[in-house]
Order: sequence, then structure tokens, then C-alpha cells
Amino acid sequence: MENLIALLVAAPLLGAAVLLCGGRRLDRAGHWIGTLLAAASFVVGVVLFLDMLGKGAEDRALHQKLFSWIPVEGFQADVAFQLDQLSMTFVLLITGVGTLIHIYSIGYMEHDERRRRFFGYLNLFLAAMLILVIADNYLLLYVGWEGVGLASYLLIGFWQHKPSAATAAKKAFLVNRVGDMGLSIAIMLMFTTFGTFAFGPVLEATGETGEGKLTAIGLMLLLAACGKSAQVPLQSWLGDAMEGPTPVSALIHAATMVTAGVYLIVRSGAIFNAAPDAQLVVVVVGAVTLLFGAIVGCAKDDIKKALAGSTMSQIGYMILAAGLGPIGYVFAIMHLVTHGFFKAGLFLGAGSVMHGMNDEVDMRKFGGLRKYMPVTFITFGLGYLAIIGFPGLSGFFSKDKIIEAAFAKGGTEGWILGSVALLGAAITAFYMTRVMLLTFFGEKRWQPDAEGHEPHPHESPKSMTIPMIVLAFGSVFAGGFFSIGDRFLNWLEPVTGHSHGHAPVSATTVTAATMVVLVIGVAIAWAMYGRKPVPVVAPRGSLLTRAARRDLLQDDFNHVVLVRGGEHLTRSLVYVDHTLVDGVVNGTAASMGGLSGRLRKLQNGYARSYAVSMFGGTAVLIAATLLMRAV
Amino acid sequence: MSFPLLTATAALPAIGAVATAAVPAARRTTAKWLALVFSLATLVLAGIALARFEPGGDRYQLTESHAWIKDFGVRYELGVDGIGVALMALTALLIPFVILAGWHDADPLETKSSRWRPTQGFFALILMVEAMVILSFEATDVFLFYILFEAMLIPMYFLIGGFGDRAHTGSDENAAAQRSYAAVKFLLYNLVGGLIMLAAVIGLYVVAGTFSLSEIAEARANGSLSMATGTERWLFLGFFFAFAVKAPLWPLHTWLPNAMGEATSPVAVLITAVVDKVGTFAMLRFCLQLFPEASKWATPVIIVLALISIVYGALLAVGQRDIKRLIAYASISHFGFIILGIFAMTSQGQSGATLYMVNHGISTAALMLVAGFLITRRGSRLIADYGGVQKVAPILAGTFLIGGLATLSLPGLAPFVSEFLVLVGAFSAYPAAGIIATTGIVLAALYVLVLYQRTMTGPVKAEVQGMADLKVRELAVVLPLIALLLFLGVYPKPLTEIVNPAVQHTMSDVQKKDPQPEVEAAK
Repeated sequence: MENLIALLVAAPLLGAAVLLCGGRRLDRAGHWIGTLLAAASFVVGVVLFLDMLGKGAEDRALHQKLFSWIPVEGFQADVAFQLDQLSMTFVLLITGVGTLIHIYSIGYMEHDERRRRFFGYLNLFLAAMLILVIADNYLLLYVGWEGVGLASYLLIGFWQHKPSAATAAKKAFLVNRVGDMGLSIAIMLMFTTFGTFAFGPVLEATGETGEGKLTAIGLMLLLAACGKSAQVPLQSWLGDAMEGPTPVSALIHAATMVTAGVYLIVRSGAIFNAAPDAQLVVVVVGAVTLLFGAIVGCAKDDIKKALAGSTMSQIGYMILAAGLGPIGYVFAIMHLVTHGFFKAGLFLGAGSVMHGMNDEVDMRKFGGLRKYMPVTFITFGLGYLAIIGFPGLSGFFSKDKIIEAAFAKGGTEGWILGSVALLGAAITAFYMTRVMLLTFFGEKRWQPDAEGHEPHPHESPKSMTIPMIVLAFGSVFAGGFFSIGDRFLNWLEPVTGHSHGHAPVSATTVTAATMVVLVIGVAIAWAMYGRKPVPVVAPRGSLLTRAARRDLLQDDFNHVVLVRGGEHLTRSLVYVDHTLVDGVVNGTAASMGGLSGRLRKLQNGYARSYAVSMFGGTAVLIAATLLMRAV
Repeated sequence: MSFPLLTATAALPAIGAVATAAVPAARRTTAKWLALVFSLATLVLAGIALARFEPGGDRYQLTESHAWIKDFGVRYELGVDGIGVALMALTALLIPFVILAGWHDADPLETKSSRWRPTQGFFALILMVEAMVILSFEATDVFLFYILFEAMLIPMYFLIGGFGDRAHTGSDENAAAQRSYAAVKFLLYNLVGGLIMLAAVIGLYVVAGTFSLSEIAEARANGSLSMATGTERWLFLGFFFAFAVKAPLWPLHTWLPNAMGEATSPVAVLITAVVDKVGTFAMLRFCLQLFPEASKWATPVIIVLALISIVYGALLAVGQRDIKRLIAYASISHFGFIILGIFAMTSQGQSGATLYMVNHGISTAALMLVAGFLITRRGSRLIADYGGVQKVAPILAGTFLIGGLATLSLPGLAPFVSEFLVLVGAFSAYPAAGIIATTGIVLAALYVLVLYQRTMTGPVKAEVQGMADLKVRELAVVLPLIALLLFLGVYPKPLTEIVNPAVQHTMSDVQKKDPQPEVEAAK
């Protein structure tokens, strides 16, 4: 069975190679090749999964070593895969949702002349993401980590002729590279501490080193997670990443890649468990981001950017749960999976709306679309109910568990974290209801564009609606299925471990509180956007609203400090290099070697003859030494 | 006596140079093909040498030794260790691509006189440089090495000064003056370095009584030759200065952007990917082996200079407006990494540095040569003159991006392996240095992606409209380099196997052991 693991990666990798090198003759079949190979990877994943189910909980992990990658004295890096329950969960999510989004893209990208290339990039993404989750060591994980970064770069900037898309792509890669620095340093620290960076030996040996080292490693891993998962302070790229085609936003920037940070932390659980200070920083980052993203999500009129804020916020929940340690690991991953369903579904729904509305993204120009797009409305609606945590739907189970776990952290911390998580749930209910009302309810607000084309909203083709229906199905039932009989908990516990913590309040109380804040959030949104007509042009809004529209001014800060500051720095360095360094070195040489002023007058003809005389001098010197020796 | 394979590998391109130069003026195409055939034949010989080399065998293999200047103890002594053979193979590998990429760079603009033969000269000079560089990787006699180290400046000087990039702004006279400035600056910097080295070479002879690397190393090891601390340090500095100019290390780097900017792209590749490697190679072979104590003494300062090079070079690259100067500053940053790896004095650092030399050669060649194809099409080196190329020439843009991704050390491509090894090696010896160097990975992403964005994406500029995509000759240059970058990124084992034993020898020369991991050290 373990020999099948490499096939998971090989299929989409082959697809990427064929599609990207194949040239125009593959234009007609390219999307089918890409979709089939993604599906093939999914089938292999299912086969491995069924095999795994047939084994006892402790014998489920599979291992496959392909070859020795970088053998250098004292340094051993292998290309080797490890498939345990945690990796398996990701494999199924990535290939499953991945295949659905390939199918969706057939219709969505139908009129794009570079569709073949798009599918090549999508396959490249799948291959890299799979390497990330089945690598058996941190360095190979790093390959997948940067691989998905590359795929993300290529796909955000897919419409490169738009300067905004090219800028967004570059920004995403750069911000992620800051995170990658963290991953690099974490791996180096592991190497100097443990002499290896393979999961097994590192995670088993955490007891043999001091807490200080583990805290440092943990913080560096967190930095990496912040970059990839768009957590504060490295969150600024995700909103801009919405420049990419919508299927990309659904797959990479909602369901899979952005959750890689959660995977990294849960996978490194043994390190964080032994480093409480690092864990504290993790929960703080999670808590701050879940509010940050939610607040931003409230203010955006661009449907994709509102959803992006929501993604940030939901991953904040996951990071928060992961930072809680064994109390939260399982629930972090469970929310990750259910979020994968409903957020991918919501993005595909948004794409379907845009498809019918001439690529309009401003929700203020939507309105009343439920009549025109019934399938999109129902599937999007189910995703909406799931994300706000409507009782019985997926999000209800997974988010509720995280809120409970936050309280169970115990002490003042537990109360603070639990309250933040509850507050987040209220804001989630508000902004998602707002999206729902602005898009599907109320009066139609769209107008002819500058060229007089009025949008004719219409339902999307089957290739797009079927994936939406499948994902809606998951949004509704996955949470319940996972929770009944603690299925998901029993599945993951052998890998991540689990403990119950000390809940200060009963689970029922938490659930009741969650229901109350949910109703409050929905009610406020209804009062603001449901009861009265929505202006097509956004009102000026309060100070907070205006700040939230600008991503809480973080981008402005980046621009002034990093971009402007950096420009000044490099410009002055160019000047320094040209005048000072060059001048001083030339000058020193001139004064030291008796080269007089001629170096500064290099352009005149003397310099050339000077060089010749230096060569001559060298020759004479050598000859003289030889002669002295001979005498 | 066995066949002198190493001599042949250097002699073949030298013969090729003479043959190419002798081709009559009118037969320019013949001269090109002749040069290409000779470079390919050299590659075959280098391949044979690589295959004959046994990683587990003696330190120096394929050795040749003949008396040369008896009175002075100068011998014609050749031999390669894993590092030398790898760099020799790199040189032999890159030259055919350099020739192919520069196919039209030296075509006469108008038929002046029938006796004017720039094309022949251009390709003959390239082969001449190849011969000298290869021999310098093989020389195990200090004097022989010195002669080659200096002599290769002459053909390089003419290549830079005589065959400038035709894409320039301003008048022809102005361009010629800039070119001349760049060539003379290159020559003077390196000559000053060489003169100081000459003094050190003579000093070494006075102390040791021989120029033979193996004899000196043996005498040092068995204690029959001891150097006073002061003497060793002065001699070390003399050698190191020359190598630091060539490598180049901050603040001796300012000749490189001028030279690479003004030279044609293939010659720029010759400078940075081939000739400069002699500098870093010589640090490993001569500085560390002959003056181990002084090397350790100077390490802190050199590491600081290397870190400055890494960060400074990258920041300067971000600020450039000229594509080729940007790549030149990126190279300065990369040379910082190589020198950091060498002087970290750990197995990973030095293996990484050696791999870095090879990988940087290939990745810079890929990026610079594609940049050259781009510049030739538009006739400008300024980044601002481009925009939207991706739309009209997708293959050119795609290969440019891959070259750029290799330059920013994307995992999966060869440079990642070497850069990570250098970082780990530096970090385990000097954690702070490792962390500072890591900022280089963010800055590299910045200068590469900004360059790509400004030239390749966005609306198509009017001047770029209708730009042709890569032609067959150009693809023949770029695709093998990309394939190699991928191969060595995924499976660098063949290379590490050759390099590892040589690195272990160097480590024992300087009597350094790798720091033990904390957990094992505790046991």
C-alpha cells in the first residue's frame, strides 16, 4: 500500500508537466487532462483511506522513502512520505475539493484562451500541497510550502495583464517569504538541536532539550504559519489575492493552502505542548486575527473580499484552537475540514454570481438575485447557514467545539479567549448575513455599465452548479457526521492526542450563548440591510468602518514604512555605492599603491597604458625574482 | 604514462581558440561552428574526467607533474579534487551555451574592411578564457595558478572592452567610453589584487622553499614547516585580497556591475558564472589549505563582510534600473553566500558553498542569457522600457521567470539545495550570521519578482508589441539549463557525492569539527 503514496503526488505533477510544456495542441483537451489527473489522485487517496480504516488505530501510519535527497556529512534530507490519519484527512480534503474545483473551472474558465495553463497551475498546486501534507520531514514540507506559494503566485497573477493582479501576486509571495524565513530558521534550529528535521525523531526528542529552544522553534513555526495562513501581522496579502480567478480563491485561498499553517502547528504539537510561551503567542495571534478578519469582513462591499476577511477570521479560530494544545488540536482540524466545504462552496457561489453578472464583485450592485439563480442561492444559503453555526449544520458542530475548548483553557485566559471566540461568532453572523442580504435579497440594484451592457443574471452551467451542490451537501452534513459518536475525535486522537481541559461552564451553556450571539448578529444585519433599501454607493461610514474598508490601515502602515522606507533605503544605497564605496576603494587604492589620480580619470587613454605598464611591472618583478634565485 | 586528461581538457579549448582566430575574415559562420565544436569536445573531455574521478579515492586525482622552471622549483603540476572537478565540469558545460547565446553578438555591424575579424576574435577569446579557467581549477602548483589567475584577465579585458552590449542609451561614443571605463576598471581592480597576491606568492616561496601545494601541505602537517603567526597572517591576507576582488566581496565589488552591465550578456555570464568562481574556489583551495590558522583568525571579519555582501548586494539589486546591473548585484549577494559557507567552516557550509558555485553558475547563466535575448530584441537595458512581454512572448517570459525563481532559490530548483546548506552550515557555527543571511531570501524574492513584474506583466508597451518569442537557437541555450536546474534541485546526490570527500579534507586541513547537535552532545 505504501507504494501508492507517491502516486498521490505523481498524478497532478504529471498533469502540470504535460499541460505547461505541452503547448497549444493540448488546448482542446487540457482541462480534461488536468481534471482527470486530479480525480486520479483523489481515487488513490480513497483507496489508501479505505485500507487505513481496515487497520487498528495504532498501525495506520504508512511510510515510503523514495530517495536520499541531500546527503551531506552530518546532514540527511530524504524525499520520503508519511501518511497517517492527520495527513490522510488533508489528502482527502485537498484532492476531493480540488477535483470539484477542477470540474467547476471547466465551465468558469471556458472563455479564457489560457485555460490549459490555468489547469496546469491548478495541478501544480495540488502536487505541491500534497507534498506539504505527506512529507515526513520539515525540509520536504518546506518544498511543498514554497511550491504552493509559487502556485498561488502564478494563479493570483493569472490575469497578469492587469497590473493589480500582478501586484497582488508579488505581494502574496513576498509576505509569504517573510513567513518562510521563520520556517527556515525553525528547521536550522531543529538541526542544531536534534541533528535532524524528520518529524519522528524531532517530535519524540522534545523532552531532551530545554524549553527555551522549543519556544524559539515554536515561534518561528508560528511566523511561518502566519505568512501562509494570513494571520496578523502577515495577513495583508489575502485580500489582494482575490485578484485571482474565483476557483483559485475557493481552492487555495479558502479551503486548502491557507490552512497549511494550522497543519504545521498541529503537526508540530509535541513542540508546542512543551513550550507554553509559544502556545500563548499562538492563541493571541489566533484570537486577534479572528476579530481582525471578522471586522474587515463587515466593511467590504466586494463579495470576494468580504469572504476573504471571513476566511482570515475562521482560520483565526483554527489557530486559536491549535494554540490550546491537546484540548484543541482535533477541533482545529475538524473546523478546517468543515470550513473547507462551506467556504469553498461560498466562493464557488460568489464565482457563479460573478459569472452571471459580467464579473461584477460589488455587492451593492447585486440584490434580489435569488430569483435569477436559484441553485446558487440555495447552495450559497446552505454554506451561509453552516458558517454562522446554524444548529445542525457543519459549522455549528466545529465552531462550537472551538469555543468550548477556548473556555476549557481555564483561568482568566480561558474566559478571555472564550469571550473573544463568542464575539467572533456574533460578528460572523452579522457579516455573513450582510453578504447574503446584499446579494440575494432586496431590490435589484444593477445598472448598465459604461458601454450600456446591462447584466442579465442567469444560472451557471451544470459543470459549475454540481460542485456547488456537492460542497453544500458537505456543508450541511459533515459536522454532524464527524461529531456523532466522536468519530473525528477517535480518528485523529492517536496522532494529535486529546485532553478535555477544565471547562468553567457546561457545554450546554456555551452552545446556548453561541445561539444567543448568533441571533443578535443576524438581527443587527437584518436591521441594517434587510429592512431598508441599500444605497448603491457606500455611505461614508464611521471611522471604524472606513478603517476596516482599508484593512484596518495595516496596508497603509506597510506602504509608508516598508514600501516607501524601503524605496528610500535602496535609493540612498545606490547613491552610496556609486559615490562612496566606489570612491573610497578607488581612492584608497590610489593613495596606497601610488596609483595617483589616474584611477579617477579612468576614461582617459592613460589608464589603458597604465594597465599595460602594470602588466609589464609584474613581468619584470617575476623576472627579477627568478634572476635573484639563479644568481 | 597515462593520457594527460587534465592537460587535454585545457589544451583543447586553447587549440580551438587559435584555430578559431585563424579562420579567414569572410568565413564568420565557420569560426562560430568551429568554436562551438571545440567547446563541445571540451565538454566531452570534462565529462570523461568527471566519470574517471572516484569520490572515495585519493584527494587529488588524474594528477600530472612535470618540472617546469627547475631553478625556481616551479612545476607544472595538475590534479583535481571533488571541488576542482565539479567546477571544471561546470565551466566546460557553460561555455557551449555562452557561445551559442552570443552567436550574433560579434557580427560586424557593417562590412568595414575584409580584414576586420571581430567574430573570430570574440569566440577565440571565449575559448581562451575557458582554457585558462579550466587549467586554474586543475593547477596544484601555486605559481602556475598565479600565472593563470593573472593571464585570464587579458582575454577578459578585450571581451569586455571590445565587444560591448549593443543595447545602450545615449550616443555610440558615450557607450564606447563607458565600455572602456568598465573594462579598465575590471582590469585595474584585478591587477591590484594580483600584485598583492604576487607578493604573497613570493613570500610563501621564501618561507616554504617550494610552490607545490601538496609539498607545502605535507610539510605543514608533519611539522617540518612552521610559519610564524604574523607571517602566516600576512601571506593569507595577500592571497585572500586577490580572491576577494575576483569573487567579489564587499567593498571590492564595484567593478562587477560596470563590467556585467557593459559587456554582452554571454560575456557577463562568463564573468560571473565562470571567471569569478576562480576566486571563491581559490579561497577554499589555497587560503584554507595553506594558511589554516590565519583563516580561522580572519573568519569573524570575513563573515561580517560576507553578510554585508548578501544584504547590501540584494538591496542594491532592488534599487537598480538596468536589468543587467540588477543581476550583477544579485550575484554579489550570492557570492556573499558562497564566502559565508566557506568560512563558516562546517561540512554543510562548505559543501553548500561548492554546490552554490555550480548552481549559481547555471542559474545566473539561465537568467542572464534570457535577459540578453530580451535586451537584444528591444535594444534597451532599462527595466522601465519593458512591460507586458508575457503577453507577446510567453515562452521568453516563462523561462525568464524560471531563471528568476532559481535565483531566489525556490525549493525544487538547484540553488535552494546549496543556499539552504550554506544557511544551515553558517547557523550551526554562528547562529546570528545564519539569521541575518536568511533575510537574503526575502530580498531575493523582492528583486526577482519586481523585475519580473515590471518587465513581463501589465499592459503591453508599444515598443514591446510584436516582439518575437524565443527562437530555436535560444531555446537550445535555455532549456538544457532549466532541465539541469530541475535535476540538480531534485537529485543533487551525484554532485554531493563528489564534493563531500573534498570538503572533509578541507575540514581536516583547518582542523575543524562540525558542532554537535545539542541533544547528542548532551548524551
